[in-house]
Amino acid sequence: MSTHLLSAADLSRDEAIAVLDTAAELARISGRTVKKLPTLRGRTVVNLFFEDSTRTRISFEAAAKRLSADVITFSAKGSSVSKGESLKDTALTLEAMGADAVIVRHGASGAPHRLAHSGWIDGVVVNAGDGTHEHPTQALLDAFTLRHHLSGGEGALDGRRVVIVGDVLHSRVARSNVLLLRTLGADVTLVAPPTLLPVGVESWPCEISYDLDAALPGADAVMMLRVQAERMNAAYFPSTNEYSRRYGLDVRRANLLADEGIVMHPGPMNRGMEITAEVADGPRSVIVEQVTNGVHVRMAVLYRLLGAAEGSGDPAEPALSGSLEEAAS
Amino acid sequence: MTTHLLNVRPYGEDPVDITWSDGVITSVVAAGTAEARPDDDVIDGRGLIVLPGFVDLHTHLREPGREDAETIASGTAAAALGGFTAVHAMANTNPVADTAGVVEQVWRRGIEAGRCDVHPVGAVTVGLQGERLAELGAMADSAARVRVFSDDGVCVSDPVLMRRALEYVKAFDGVIAQHAQDPRLTEGAQMNESELSGVLGLRGWPAVAEEAIIARDMLLAQHVGSRVHICHLSTRGSVDIVRWAKERGVDVTAEVTPHHLILTEELARTYDPRYKVNPPLRTADDVEAVREGLADGTIDVVATDHAPHAREDKDCEWAAGAFGMLGLETAFPVVVETMVIPGRLDWRGVADRMSERPARIARLADQGRPIAVGEPATLVVVDPDATWTVDPQRSPSRSANTPFLAREMHGAVVHTVLRGRPTVSEGVLT
Repeated sequence: MSTHLLSAADLSRDEAIAVLDTAAELARISGRTVKKLPTLRGRTVVNLFFEDSTRTRISFEAAAKRLSADVITFSAKGSSVSKGESLKDTALTLEAMGADAVIVRHGASGAPHRLAHSGWIDGVVVNAGDGTHEHPTQALLDAFTLRHHLSGGEGALDGRRVVIVGDVLHSRVARSNVLLLRTLGADVTLVAPPTLLPVGVESWPCEISYDLDAALPGADAVMMLRVQAERMNAAYFPSTNEYSRRYGLDVRRANLLADEGIVMHPGPMNRGMEITAEVADGPRSVIVEQVTNGVHVRMAVLYRLLGAAEGSGDPAEPALSGSLEEAAS
Repeated sequence: MTTHLLNVRPYGEDPVDITWSDGVITSVVAAGTAEARPDDDVIDGRGLIVLPGFVDLHTHLREPGREDAETIASGTAAAALGGFTAVHAMANTNPVADTAGVVEQVWRRGIEAGRCDVHPVGAVTVGLQGERLAELGAMADSAARVRVFSDDGVCVSDPVLMRRALEYVKAFDGVIAQHAQDPRLTEGAQMNESELSGVLGLRGWPAVAEEAIIARDMLLAQHVGSRVHICHLSTRGSVDIVRWAKERGVDVTAEVTPHHLILTEELARTYDPRYKVNPPLRTADDVEAVREGLADGTIDVVATDHAPHAREDKDCEWAAGAFGMLGLETAFPVVVETMVIPGRLDWRGVADRMSERPARIARLADQGRPIAVGEPATLVVVDPDATWTVDPQRSPSRSANTPFLAREMHGAVVHTVLRGRPTVSEGVLT
């Protein structure tokens, strides 16, 4: 991992595996009564959220707090574009407060890239979702979850087949997952109506299909993307019913997966739209687990961007210290 | 007052001495043979190239309304430094230039500034709203004598309104300059729609949104027997459609901007709004196509679309950034680099695309004229071999949003002369 985490493409295969290994170590600690590590004591992590996203925000908050960082949450919704304080002024304010890391969620694609490269701040920038561009920590937590179920919790995902279904056009989750899962050796198939696939998607490192029933048989995992009903009004599809019929995941379709195949969703779900309640709550579903893994993966990212750079501070647990040091090297 | 411009090469041809009095050329003789009296002004042309002063069909001077970004005085100073002797001030000011009153004000402010002729472009529709025609005749009959009408920044997308506008301006030999952009196909658009826009997660501005409007307007112009001008054409498909229309005899002219001649969408990877412009930067193949079109005359003119923006409108995230980039001072070197050095345009060709044809399209009688006795001494002397580095600090423009920041440019404007009066001398404003 370089200085920032802006795109899943920033991670080499070795780096991605190292983050997942670190997250696995941290997950083991979280089973203990005292979950907190002193690694980032005295460091300031800012959660800069220009868009509402309670789940991602609290996931990053929990991650930073478990590493003993001071956490400032800056919810700047409504002050993003054209109104109120600009991104630049917000960034300068945070810089003046001495932020070591800025975790940014923004409605504009590339906003984290601007923060990282404009010279407005010196701190580390972590992309927590930018517009319709990327959401790299979501891809990491998805990879972590996939690895846990499909590869015994270690190594990469070589040869595993993952189907991602839904509104790829507007999905930062899909973009980051295609990049990261490919880096880890998985074979990814995107399934969507042609209207919800971006121009040029043929050049992405994945397969494309318009037919969910054809793509699912034998797949190791299916990831359902949230589809906003409002897309219907922009003529992306005729009706929610037709969408569900053609691209929704019900029990029959879930059973087309490989025997141990899992069902994922980045949340929040539209039950009854892209996924039925039976599947969301069913035995193949790992959706709640994804949330738990989100905290570990985000701890690992912060640890590697901030802790490792400073020689990892003063870890309480010698055994963990050794393995984290090794992973960070 | 008599002035001698000694040892210059018109259109890069044999060196001559040019003499003018009261703004009119009185002699053009072989270099070294002009006879200067002691009180005459003398400019040493050093064997450089002289062309008719450049005419820009597409300039945003931002006055009235956004004087923080540019004024008629600051914009025309930049124009003079770029070798321009006439600019066309686009109508999307505040208030919009949609009445005789506003266009006359812009025209008068241009005369006061004095560095470059300012010809206001009139809005086609009231307030650029695309609902009803502005008083085109009143603007044409005003002191500003408007002949070019455009809702630039917005497309006249309603086909009936466009048809009426094309018909109506025939009465005074006007032309509609269309900003070709289908509004529905480009809602929220941020960059060229391509493989790259999908990767960057930026909403795409598809080529078809430009080409469909151009094709429609070619057919409309032919149907009603009027002339139409296409602003800032940017795609290979657009070049093909205009070429097809010209072969069919449609009275169409088209312009390309310097930035579409040299820059590609790849710059969007930076997410730096400096490179955000409308129409967007396109692909390398489109760049090649507009160069071909400019070389073979399908594209008639280079027009800058000089679009100054205040710093805060570019110092932000891409989606919040304003569309547009500066162009007046860098247009000539871009043409040198993309067209002259590769041998695609000779100096006659540069004069044609940057001066003569734009003047003809706008029906300007005293711009884009031959370098000959009896013609206005409205000239630019250029050094095609000089190199310089773009530095907004040194520009009179009030804005700094050049896409060529710190880039080395080939070709420099040395002197600009407007009806006998130097506006730029040795690269410096007079």
